[in-house]
Amino acid sequence: MATRTITTQPYILRHWPRLIIYIIMIGFALIYLIPVYLLIITSLKSFDQVSLSRMWELPTGLSFQSFERAWEVMHQSFVNSLLLVIPATVISCLLGSMNGYILSKWKFPYADVVFTLILFGMFIPYQSVLLPLVETLRQIKLYGSIPGLILTHVVYGIPITTLIFRNYYAGIPTELVEASGIDGAGFFGVYRHVIFPLSVPGFVVVAIWQFTSIWNEFLFGLIITNAPELRPVTVALQNLSGSQYTQWNVQMAGALMVALPTLLIYILLGRYFLRGMMAGALKG
Amino acid sequence: MRYTKMLLTAVSLLMILAFVAACGGGQTAAPAAQPAQKPAAVQPTTAPAVQPTQAAAQKPAAGAKKLEIFSWWTNGGEATGLEKMYGIYKQKNAGVEIVNATVAGGAGTNAKTVLKTRLQGGQPPDSWQVHAGKELTSYVDAGQMQPLTAFFKEQGYDKVMPKLLLDQITYKNEIWSVPVNIHRSNVLWYNKKVFAANNLQPPKTLDDFFKVADALKAKGVTPLAVGGKDKFENGHLFESVLLATYGPDDYAKLFAPGTKWDDAKLTQAIDTMKKMLGYANSDRSALGWADAAQLVLDGKAGMTIMGDWAHGYFLSKNAKPDVDYGWAAAPGTDGVFLWLSDSFGLAKGAPNPDQAKAWLMVCGSKEGQDAFNPAKGSIPARTDADKSLYDVYLKYSIDSFGANKLAPSIVHGAAAPEPYMVAYGNALEVFSSDLDTKTVKQALTDAGKEIK
Amino acid sequence: MEATRPVSRSTPRPTSRPAYRLTRDRVTALLMLAPSVVAIGVFVYGFIAWTGFVSLTQWSGILANLRFNGLENYVSIFNTGRFQTDIRNTVVFTTLFVVLTLLLGFVLAVLVDQRVRGETIFRSIYLFPMSLSFIVTGVAMAWVFTPGNWQNGDPTGINLLFKQMGLGWFQSGWITDASIWPGGGWFPDWSRTRIGLPLAMLPVVAAATWQMSGFTMAMYLAGLRAIPDEMREAARVDGATEWQVIRYIILPQLTPVTLSAIIVLGHVSLKIFDLIMTMTGGGPGNATDVPGIYMYEITFKANKVAEGAAVAMVMLVLVALVIVPYLISNMRNAQEG
Repeated sequence: MATRTITTQPYILRHWPRLIIYIIMIGFALIYLIPVYLLIITSLKSFDQVSLSRMWELPTGLSFQSFERAWEVMHQSFVNSLLLVIPATVISCLLGSMNGYILSKWKFPYADVVFTLILFGMFIPYQSVLLPLVETLRQIKLYGSIPGLILTHVVYGIPITTLIFRNYYAGIPTELVEASGIDGAGFFGVYRHVIFPLSVPGFVVVAIWQFTSIWNEFLFGLIITNAPELRPVTVALQNLSGSQYTQWNVQMAGALMVALPTLLIYILLGRYFLRGMMAGALKG
Repeated sequence: MRYTKMLLTAVSLLMILAFVAACGGGQTAAPAAQPAQKPAAVQPTTAPAVQPTQAAAQKPAAGAKKLEIFSWWTNGGEATGLEKMYGIYKQKNAGVEIVNATVAGGAGTNAKTVLKTRLQGGQPPDSWQVHAGKELTSYVDAGQMQPLTAFFKEQGYDKVMPKLLLDQITYKNEIWSVPVNIHRSNVLWYNKKVFAANNLQPPKTLDDFFKVADALKAKGVTPLAVGGKDKFENGHLFESVLLATYGPDDYAKLFAPGTKWDDAKLTQAIDTMKKMLGYANSDRSALGWADAAQLVLDGKAGMTIMGDWAHGYFLSKNAKPDVDYGWAAAPGTDGVFLWLSDSFGLAKGAPNPDQAKAWLMVCGSKEGQDAFNPAKGSIPARTDADKSLYDVYLKYSIDSFGANKLAPSIVHGAAAPEPYMVAYGNALEVFSSDLDTKTVKQALTDAGKEIK
Repeated sequence: MEATRPVSRSTPRPTSRPAYRLTRDRVTALLMLAPSVVAIGVFVYGFIAWTGFVSLTQWSGILANLRFNGLENYVSIFNTGRFQTDIRNTVVFTTLFVVLTLLLGFVLAVLVDQRVRGETIFRSIYLFPMSLSFIVTGVAMAWVFTPGNWQNGDPTGINLLFKQMGLGWFQSGWITDASIWPGGGWFPDWSRTRIGLPLAMLPVVAAATWQMSGFTMAMYLAGLRAIPDEMREAARVDGATEWQVIRYIILPQLTPVTLSAIIVLGHVSLKIFDLIMTMTGGGPGNATDVPGIYMYEITFKANKVAEGAAVAMVMLVLVALVIVPYLISNMRNAQEG
């Protein structure tokens, strides 16, 4: 678990000419950027310039009207989404870490069965749980509120966060845990002094994953918060297009704005995401 | 070394997250705890003043009058029109707060999902948007709406709305919602310049249509633009074909309970539809109706058959009515007005029934309809509207509505209940892609069993 | 840490485990796990039970009607052409999406692993689509794959790009191509749908792959870099060819990564909804329709709640058939390990 530096050399393709590798990589990069190019140029057009047959053409002049319009409609929901996604991510991380710790280091009889049952929860189709979900949330007085939405996301995030942390902790030698146990550290002691300090890469992976999926989730946001001033961004984005025709320039400007926070996270924390993966999250 | 740095970054990030979360948690908890007080931070500035729904679930504080209106008018002219009606409402009902609950997207399914989960959860909005006619029967059957026949008499709406319309929105001998507007489904939109350049007239009959289509095709113009992405366009086209094939009287009989939906005329309509689609753009499943309308505007296609919201779209693209584009009744349906109507009903168990009734009075009033419709691009359901407020197309439409026979639209909720609409719409979208006449006829026969 | 894992796995454990006795710490552990177990019990298994129950009732309307209806709803949906098509589409989409995303992710990982200049930039470009919502991807990709009137020289979207690059041959109907491969599909008497590969599904798969391949790239990159050099060198000293090293050293080391990726991709794919709603709406016809959309429409638009629940149950059973064997083998390995 000590400092890990990347020392290995590539094996596959190592005899290929560099130029070819660069050409392939740049080719892929260009293909990957096409949809973003489309989003950006369309969002900078005025509505009467928007048309499928001229979709690749650059706008004739810069117009930020679409962004202004989208912001005007959506700014409140950005606050809502932050109020939703931050607590939900933090709670998800803590819960997942605790579950992973227990299911890997404090195994009890049938612990693997419990884990498997938890994991299966990942596959439940959300469209089918809407009715009982609303009823349950209503019973506990959380229907129509952001805390209700937080709870929903945290619960449906349990399978994946538990999976990631359990895999991650499987890589921490049990001897380490046992040694600190001999030193007299109990359940929380081991967690605080041994597990938690080693968990950072796992936390980064889970935090990024949960932040992104909760930020981008639509259906729960739509159903659970029905007051207009509590809506998350994805719902507000849909509302940018009316029931009739869609102003694509405004729609795409809104889409870019919605994508910005998660995009920033990936660009800024991408390397940590990768390191977290290397450190064992989401492996076997 | 790197690891320590990473640890520090991550821990500080988490701390920031936790800190913001703590503040955030406090803020979100606040409205739940104190329904009467509104934390300033949760106030939008553009939307009308509103309060969280938790407040609606609990007893509103004394003195704070509220009204929650649910609709799918989130954007454009329809949102403007709705705001105008709210304006009138506020003038007449000072001190009432309006909650403007709007949901768009998912080809209309999103709004229905939100509304229906709310109804099942026992939290109805005071009044919700619904297509006038058979679409609302499922709400009535579930006991979620209050009859408004007495209200119509009291307000005199029965005298100012066409009797045929009122007949067609009557269900179980009662009227259940107040129609705010009328749209027309069977309109043929055509590119005037393309038609002029080729010496063509908008086709009056189905036979004319195919002659015009051949002429356009010979010139390399797609004769008919059709969409499909919004999952109603093909059904929309077909209802005009049905109307042309059956004629208004037999068309109306299709929606009587027990109709078989398997006669020779249906086969004939399906064959006509197939022939029409042969003149249509091949990428229709990827285009929304507005993209199809754009093809007409660009002169790439000659005609499209779409509801008169297409007019609103053309205007938004700075096109000139009667110069860039023209209109006529869909071929073979001249003299019939295939109508659909947005309306508002009164929820049974509405949290604020008095305010809701006051809202319905705005919806049904001349003032309310004349404020809403010019902005929305539709015509009033009342026949005593001030015509000078409406543009050239809408004036034409008002005249037709007054003079024509009326027939209810299928895909827009006037003629048939929701289960039928879903089955019908899907059958036509499938037909549009595989052109299999046998399958679509079977699917329509099956769908017909949903008309009970 | 990676290095320690295989070791700890292969370390033989005492065959007879000490009997499990409750200590204070173990009770604490169980208590800490309890909230998650209860939450999953209610929100997953409780709701599955609810759905299973509703699927046996006559609920068809806005308010509940819980009169028993036997298996009628199942009979009804299985006789519906659209549902059969949806099952076919789910199988096609899931298979193609998972396989292609794994392959592309692996290729990208190998490329990024070459110690090229600007590695961070390339990596970020390949990874960023993951940060987008499927709704955004769907909107952009719908535009990209709208073909226009390409047969008559008036293409849009990607066809327009091909035409301008002189690659007109590649133009195609993309998301509007309703044909089934191969040869219009197999249409036996017992089926109400054509069995085969709906071509319109390919652009949808491409869009989903575009979005998720960065994720598999990250996983494979992590996996590749965790393989110690000594293993390869040892193999090469033994005279292994490059291909043999890949086949016998590298790929086996990546198997656990692949299995984890399959689980994550599998759950994304079986629940795919937003992307298809915004990209094709399920069309042309039902060529890209999936059970999620069908369920959503018949439950909330047509009010057939019981039939919607039956669709959900069938989906769950299908998922279970695929996933449960994996989970069980995973569990066995863990117990042995």
